[in-house]
Amino acid sequence: MRRPRTMAPIVASMVIVAAVSGMSAFAGDGTPVPHPPRGKGERCVADTGFMRKNHMKMLLHHRTEAVHLGVRTPQYDLNGCVSCHAVEGSDGKPVSFASDRHFCKSCHSYAAVSIDCFECHASRPEVQGKTAFVAPADREVAAIDRYLRDIRP
Amino acid sequence: MSTEPQQALPDRRTMLRGLGGAFATLLAPGVTLYAFGANDAQAQASPKVRWALLIDLGKCPAGCDLCVTACREENGWQGNGRAETDAQWIRKVRLRDARTGQDREVPVMCQHCDKPACVDVCPTGASFKRPDGIVLVDKHICIGCRFCMMACPYKARSFVHEPVTDQKPWAPRGKGTVEGCTLCVHRLDAGRPPACVETCAAKGGGAMLFGDLNDPGSEIAKAVARHAPAQIRSDLGLEPAVRYRNL
Repeated sequence: MRRPRTMAPIVASMVIVAAVSGMSAFAGDGTPVPHPPRGKGERCVADTGFMRKNHMKMLLHHRTEAVHLGVRTPQYDLNGCVSCHAVEGSDGKPVSFASDRHFCKSCHSYAAVSIDCFECHASRPEVQGKTAFVAPADREVAAIDRYLRDIRP
Repeated sequence: MSTEPQQALPDRRTMLRGLGGAFATLLAPGVTLYAFGANDAQAQASPKVRWALLIDLGKCPAGCDLCVTACREENGWQGNGRAETDAQWIRKVRLRDARTGQDREVPVMCQHCDKPACVDVCPTGASFKRPDGIVLVDKHICIGCRFCMMACPYKARSFVHEPVTDQKPWAPRGKGTVEGCTLCVHRLDAGRPPACVETCAAKGGGAMLFGDLNDPGSEIAKAVARHAPAQIRSDLGLEPAVRYRNL
């Protein structure tokens, strides 16, 4: 009989902590879901579902082409993502990957997928508010989709 | 009951998809497939180009380190005040001839060799030469073994010993990988000269000439033909792209 009574404040405080932290949002059925901050641009380079599923593949292929062949397409550049999705911290500057509020981290810590991109890459834009976003044509996204399907079925 | 083993056959869709991939590579030999709908024209690294540097030591005064500071600021390799382990992409080497008393300083960075020793020894393919002759490290696949550092006769590469934060967005660098002069590849791809060349021309003696050796009309190709500038350790046959006048 004593047990539930002693657990109650702990559970209550856990709920409060969860509610206060950034990962607090729950889906309709009570499942906690991440809510990564929205980008500043009008729209992303592809629709949300496509990006959720393919962003890692897109970054992987873009990196190879950019480093080895010098194909620089700013809209698919990691710097493009980082600039557009920059989250302002309490000091008015964009937060780095060390912060839980960082766009990439907000999802990756939820999914327990650790990434090492930011061991080398800058996790915040050099010039605040400057984005390299250029909305690509839909056929470009279709071409990426085709390419990703072709190379790895 | 059949005793024949159940063989896992790919379904029709997988087969067709695989065929499509095979066609894509078979149909277009010599044509690169790009992930993002780009084409050969958008690939800045053209095999028709051979980027090179000509440094005139007659215009490079002792004590001037504008090229070094420009590179450091552009690429963000400030270091931690530990000279033994800090990265150095470009440095000035003092040469003194004891007999003649000749004394000069030579800026030395990655020589972007035509036959780079660092590429030969790399076990992972991280050390590579771009089609336009720029020798780079693909840090995504660098394992930090440092064979390239041992192979390079110019001591042009550095190993990153300590964690790095707040890198320049255009110059990613991190602990556990090897790095060196990139000829400011991010600037070249945007049509701008390397930071050292730009700063030397604007504030220094204008000792650095940068350009395409394969273009006979370019200033550097003409100057190289006229002055036959020296290459450091040309006896090694690595054919460095950096040449020196008045060495």
